[in-house]
Amino acid sequence: MMRVYLDFISANLKSQMQYKLSFLLTVVGQFITAFTSWFGLYFVVQRVGAIDDFTQGQVTICFSVIMLSFSIGELFGGGFAVFARILGNGEFDRILIRPGSVLLQVLFPHMDFTRIGLLLQAVLVLGIAIPKSGITWTGAKAALLCLMILSGSVVFFALFLLSATFSFFTTQSLQFLDILTYGARSFGRYPFCVYGETVLKFLTFVIPLALVQYYPLLYLTERKTSPLYALSPAIALLFLAPCLAFFRFGISRYKSTGS
Amino acid sequence: MRVYGSIFRIRLINGLQYRSVALGEVLMRFFWGLMEILAYAALFRTGQGNFSMTFSQTVSYVWMQQVLFVLFRVVVGDGDIYSTIEEGSIAYELVRPVSLYGRWFFQSAAGRVVPTVLGSLPLLLIVPFLPGSCRMIFPSQAGRILLFVVSCVLALGVVAAFAMLMYISLFYLTSQRGIKIIVTAVTHFFSGGMIPLRFFPDRARAVVQCLPFASMRDMPLQIWCGTMTGPEVFWGMMIQIFWLAVLLLAGYAAMEHALKRVVVQGG
Repeated sequence: MMRVYLDFISANLKSQMQYKLSFLLTVVGQFITAFTSWFGLYFVVQRVGAIDDFTQGQVTICFSVIMLSFSIGELFGGGFAVFARILGNGEFDRILIRPGSVLLQVLFPHMDFTRIGLLLQAVLVLGIAIPKSGITWTGAKAALLCLMILSGSVVFFALFLLSATFSFFTTQSLQFLDILTYGARSFGRYPFCVYGETVLKFLTFVIPLALVQYYPLLYLTERKTSPLYALSPAIALLFLAPCLAFFRFGISRYKSTGS
Repeated sequence: MRVYGSIFRIRLINGLQYRSVALGEVLMRFFWGLMEILAYAALFRTGQGNFSMTFSQTVSYVWMQQVLFVLFRVVVGDGDIYSTIEEGSIAYELVRPVSLYGRWFFQSAAGRVVPTVLGSLPLLLIVPFLPGSCRMIFPSQAGRILLFVVSCVLALGVVAAFAMLMYISLFYLTSQRGIKIIVTAVTHFFSGGMIPLRFFPDRARAVVQCLPFASMRDMPLQIWCGTMTGPEVFWGMMIQIFWLAVLLLAGYAAMEHALKRVVVQGG
């Protein structure tokens, strides 16, 4: 069974590679996009050198963790970006009659490999941020950083899944849901506490993005020592469950658009 | 001229079909602006004197940036134009007794004005009444509002003329997605879509302010929030007019060249 999915991925990769110039330009575009948002952050924060109690280096950690998470989440969740089209052109009907996982059949043929442009830039910035953050790095802290990125990717993946699922219920594109994905990518460049109590609570209990960025950062910078702060990214993984349940509910309500 | 008027009308009627999309757009712009302002509030309370704009000027800038977001975006839907080039229905367009450049120019301007009227201007009914320092303050003199409107019209012209160059490039290059992403990133950043150009380092700003991108968004917004006054406004508008003329001429010439060698597969 797994072989079939791997074939999906390699066929998709090959087809994207057929248009080499197009692929390359898109990767370059993603790279530039990430760079402009980094400069936008750099120019502003540099004027103050910090935001609230967080130094510029620590802000840069936030930026790169969120950017990395977003690009990994979107790399795997590329199928969700075209999900409305999959529903509309009957591709979803074909997926439903095949004896395999619906979700994987949506995802694997549509993985968006051009996101490596974004990914690459985020890794570069992380490389700058790690020494500048003033954090005394230990093995455990490095592991926590990896956990933040991993959980963050899962949360972004779940957010893409969530906004794609709405396509089951509406025929129009719901562009304002972009604020959950593209918005979160943009706002995640600062530690989420700077937006105030209400926003922080929302991002803790409703959409757990603060659990992969703000709380573990407190642990990394030794402002908090309770292991709960180090474990918070793991708790964020639970967010995937309701999103998957909502997707299943969407499938159960699915009516084909017909041929 | 009647033709161009009806292009606007068709777009407006078309846009009115999607009222709930417009409502979603308003909500998204509102929260986006609010988050930006909360972040600036944190930055300003960390270090007040380090910014070349006051906080209330920044707030006005951010809100107007959100209100006019769609108006000044270079890459928008414009699906008709893309598919015309890609699928070859350009052949029909060329038979019509209307200049293709003029038609597309107005179509892409209308494609920005209509969603702005429906999806963004309602924000103007909310943001002046927000509590505390998040409130957008209107300019006190009517003259400044008038200058702002004139500068907006010029900016829209520059945006549409620049977008025309992008459409024309698609006659030569087949990578729509790559071109769109690159153009989006560059125009967004250098037009003050991400941060006001005032927050760029001084030396970079001197250059960036003269690029065509600054004429696309930053100038009207600076007139609105009051960081550009007196003779600066005059020179700003001169730069806008200069770029509008250059881009129109370049676009017109490029279109002529592209259409001479356009090959439509029969069928």
